[in-house]
Amino acid sequence: MNEIGGVPGTPGPSGSPGPRALPDRSRGWLARAGTSWETLLLVVAVAIFLLNAQLSPYFLDPWNLSDATFNFTEKAMIAFAMALLIVAGEIDLSVASIIALASTAMGFAVQLGAGTPVLVAVGLGVGLACGAFNGLLVARLGLPSIVVTIGTLSLFRGIAYIVLGDQAYSGYPASFAWFGQGYVFWVITVEMVLFLITAIAFGVLLHKTSFGRAVYAIGNNPTAALFSGIRVPRVTFILFLLTGLMAGLAAVCLTSRLGSTRPSIALGWELEIVTMVVLGGISILGGSGTVPGVVLAAIIMGLVTFGFGLMNVPGIVMSIFIGLLLIAVIALPVLGRRLLRARR
Amino acid sequence: MSPDERTAECPLLTLDGVTKTFPGVRALSSVSLALYPGQVTALVGENGAGKSTLVKILTGIHRPDEGRLSIDGQARTLGSPHDAARAGITAIHQETVLFDDLSVAENIFIGHAPRTRFGLIDTRAMHREAARLLRRIGASLDPAARLRDLGIASKHLVAIARALSIDARVVVMDEPTAALSHKEIEELYELVETLKADGKAILFISHKFDEIFRIADRYTVFRDGEMAGSGLITDTDSDALVRLMVGRSVEGIFPAGSGRFGETVMEVRGYSHPTEFDSIGFSLRRGEILGFYGLVGAGRSECMQSLFGVSRPSAGHVEIDGRELRARSPADAIAQGLVYVPEDRGGQGAITGLPIVGNVSLPSLGGLSRRGFVAMAAEFALAREYTARLDLRASALDQPVGTLSGGNQQKVVIAKWLATRPLVIILDEPTKGIDIGSKAAVHAFMRELADDGLAVIMVSSEIPEVLGMSDRVIVMREGRQVAEFDRDVASPEALVRAAAGIAVAA
Amino acid sequence: MGGLITRRDGLLALALVLLVALVAWRFPTFATPGFLGGVFTDSSMLIILALGQMTVILTRCIDLSMASNLALTGMIVAMTNTAVPALPIPVLVAMAVGIGAALGALNGLLVWKAGIPPIVVTLGTLTIFRGLIFVISDGQWINAHEMSDGFKALPRLAPLGVPLLAWSAIVVVLAMALFTTRTGTGRALYAVGGNPDAAVYAGIDTGRTRCIAFVIAGGLAGLTGYLWVARYAVAYVDIAGGFELDVIAACVIGGISIAGGIGTVVGALLGALFLGVIKNALPVVDISPFWQLAISGAAIIVAVLFNARAERRPGRIILKRAERAGSSTDSTMVSGGAS
Repeated sequence: MNEIGGVPGTPGPSGSPGPRALPDRSRGWLARAGTSWETLLLVVAVAIFLLNAQLSPYFLDPWNLSDATFNFTEKAMIAFAMALLIVAGEIDLSVASIIALASTAMGFAVQLGAGTPVLVAVGLGVGLACGAFNGLLVARLGLPSIVVTIGTLSLFRGIAYIVLGDQAYSGYPASFAWFGQGYVFWVITVEMVLFLITAIAFGVLLHKTSFGRAVYAIGNNPTAALFSGIRVPRVTFILFLLTGLMAGLAAVCLTSRLGSTRPSIALGWELEIVTMVVLGGISILGGSGTVPGVVLAAIIMGLVTFGFGLMNVPGIVMSIFIGLLLIAVIALPVLGRRLLRARR
Repeated sequence: MSPDERTAECPLLTLDGVTKTFPGVRALSSVSLALYPGQVTALVGENGAGKSTLVKILTGIHRPDEGRLSIDGQARTLGSPHDAARAGITAIHQETVLFDDLSVAENIFIGHAPRTRFGLIDTRAMHREAARLLRRIGASLDPAARLRDLGIASKHLVAIARALSIDARVVVMDEPTAALSHKEIEELYELVETLKADGKAILFISHKFDEIFRIADRYTVFRDGEMAGSGLITDTDSDALVRLMVGRSVEGIFPAGSGRFGETVMEVRGYSHPTEFDSIGFSLRRGEILGFYGLVGAGRSECMQSLFGVSRPSAGHVEIDGRELRARSPADAIAQGLVYVPEDRGGQGAITGLPIVGNVSLPSLGGLSRRGFVAMAAEFALAREYTARLDLRASALDQPVGTLSGGNQQKVVIAKWLATRPLVIILDEPTKGIDIGSKAAVHAFMRELADDGLAVIMVSSEIPEVLGMSDRVIVMREGRQVAEFDRDVASPEALVRAAAGIAVAA
Repeated sequence: MGGLITRRDGLLALALVLLVALVAWRFPTFATPGFLGGVFTDSSMLIILALGQMTVILTRCIDLSMASNLALTGMIVAMTNTAVPALPIPVLVAMAVGIGAALGALNGLLVWKAGIPPIVVTLGTLTIFRGLIFVISDGQWINAHEMSDGFKALPRLAPLGVPLLAWSAIVVVLAMALFTTRTGTGRALYAVGGNPDAAVYAGIDTGRTRCIAFVIAGGLAGLTGYLWVARYAVAYVDIAGGFELDVIAACVIGGISIAGGIGTVVGALLGALFLGVIKNALPVVDISPFWQLAISGAAIIVAVLFNARAERRPGRIILKRAERAGSSTDSTMVSGGAS
């Protein structure tokens, strides 16, 4: 009985003229890049950019473009962390509520007379604490992340409501406004810089480090990952911490940009962030996807929002387009494969 | 009617020249089988002999590549489990394929429940019918009880009642007594007699010889996917069956060891678990291959996985290289030099969605990384080295492991562990479902590892492999260690007797 | 009737009774039949939606678009009523159920035929449905004076002293109880969610069953759409915003397992009532309504912890200690050669 399939040619191990080394890659980098999801997103992004430039004279104004970035930078920061979490096979629907709670905590700190550095620490700290709470329930106690984070979604925002009611905090120190309203270089906003820094940081974390490999392994097969020596609970816990931290950072930016806090800020953002992640090519089932994809998805969503806004399309109609895009993006490969199979 | 008189009867179901091939392995090679109404045919053979493939063909999960399946003399094609059920074939597996959250009656009648005039399920009629069926097989179960609350023996009874409800004529029982108590086993035997009296044809798969000789009328022995022999039970005995199972001579196929062993590298004492195994103890030297033999369900894998840190033991002391091992997770075990190649290659051993290089480097990433950053060149070099050592057949290192054959997947898993330079390597059914060519490669490699100074534990249910590779063999039965043999003393008969609990002939 | 009430439901009912008793101890007016009846009526819409969500979750799916479905259907029905006041209200109700079911079918078909994970599908339809409300209404509100009197009055009609709003919840509860315990498709929900592979072997079409679950959820959302706009006498884009969370919370508290296959009508009912009691008890106990969100969040987390403990499965039992005596097997150590 001989082996069926595999590479034809050379005989078995004993008596062979020395070890046979396998080539590293099966296709060149051009072929791999050409057929990837990220390339498709890039094409779509460029197409939308050109379309917008055609449709509106105000589009190519640098200050307008810079203003437009605000509608996706804060969400994208969280989306990067969320992407890693979803690749690992979990989800965190409480991120928007963490923003609300962190923001409320910062407003509270302002009432106590805190200065900008303390405010930032409070925002990031509350984010981390919320992430740790989620991580404890999911990673240590093994509870399903979707229902746990639906619970913490209500709990965190609920605490914000208890503290603030229907009031708002304002009176943030002037220096605090730098995060959300500041510019670093001509039209480049601080938030844009933070967006780029977090994109690079998470991109490197997922694609270049052993931690990132562990994330992919867990998302593909948590049991085999455990059997390969990966400390699955620890990695999962850290992912929730990172998501919480990013939500805290987004809270700092958003609060700084708005100059005030209400318990209802960032309402519904969790769904937009998940949409950004899935649009970016991350499979909701876990195990695949890249950070550059999420970057492009964020840019696409930003361009669509901005472009529609210039044409005075109300936000809620815009979201129809986003919803359709999300479904089409997932359905088309499946239907395409089925068509190919039917043709054979 | 004695079996002799029944020989003149026509078989209810026959398989003729059935062959089934999977990528890289020929699971069944031109086998023939006949099942007679009112008789029990025992199917005997080692793991990998083709029994489970045969069951899958009978229950419509696979279709044979060649050959014919006939019922009542008519050739039939079973395209799905539904077809098999409609053809009157049903199976009872070790793990039941039922619904825990439905009631006994619903499990019996799911898919074909009796209806009232309005199309609603007639619960009363369903319960009445269920009670009738259960009474017929002597089961005192409440039709309204939830399946989750029942033990495995009761679940088997529900599966049998379901078989009766769809008027099955062929009942396949795959190791049904594996998890039953003695009393429950007796009850099952009575049930089998009831089914026989009803004229059902029963295919009974079992390793336990006392069982086979107790209830079977006929036997068929599979070996390496082929039929090694068949006939009436009265015409044979356990020695003859063992000989048919094992068949070819054991010497000459396996690489010989150097016979030189180093110092003791692993010590296990009083290792126990609340429900899976008890008082396991052994020591292991460098250069040694220690085989663990036993029937399916003896607790060998559970013991090894516990040593590896997957589950927590209740008692025991383990030392590796003189240091105590307290493995709370596999990462702890790996750090001390103990690695485990699981039986379930696709589910636990390799991550099929990741490429070869990703799998091979996974446990070694710590060493390949500087400050957390993976050095990709070093990673590819590592993968290249170890896949070449194992003569892996693939098109490139970035090929997803899921697309490789079973033998090559196993090589990836072994390569992954070798790259961590372990002290002790445990291989659980290392050549299960692998073709002979790759089997030989894995065996040669195991011997090479041992000669290089590694200590090897090999869990295996294939007698030739155990006898040919091991320097020592430990036999486990029902969670306990029941025998230990040196290489020169071990024999197939001794192993099978110890594993099945057959008393040694005086 | 097997499968209608479980031990967990009993515990939840007990917890509910204790909760009511606790509040009534300090505020006796809480436990009067009139007041409690009001709580039930107030919770009716949540009960109906929770039953719809339960149907979907049983099959191991989830429907995040139910509240948007409700809002869109409600707006369509309200607009129809404004344009054609003569149309009899029962026809409008039937229309609402039909439209809701059609929207649910969209979800179901995308899950069944396109193989898209339910969370992604309903995330998409959630925004599409909401957006469509704006498109058809041009962002305008429909206010009470634009709706016909019959339209607004129907939920308040009180045959036998019980408002129709409450009756609709009761009828849906009874219908769903019958469906999940006495129909083939209803039992198939449990099979598909509990053991999808075994369901295929039993000849059940898992994709079709899931699609039917989404259609039912959609139909119930549509019904609730009419009830909502009629009861609050207003229709606009943002109605029932965020309500899908309350619905899922009711299911989790009611013991519906997110993994599928486990859950009862009684459980969903009790879960919805639990949230309703909390919502109505807060003003009585003089806790600001702003506590409601946090309390239901805490209740979800406690319920998930509780569910997880209940769902744990026992491991393999290999050691047999009990009946060693009298066995014919030889369990003494057999060794050969020097050891």
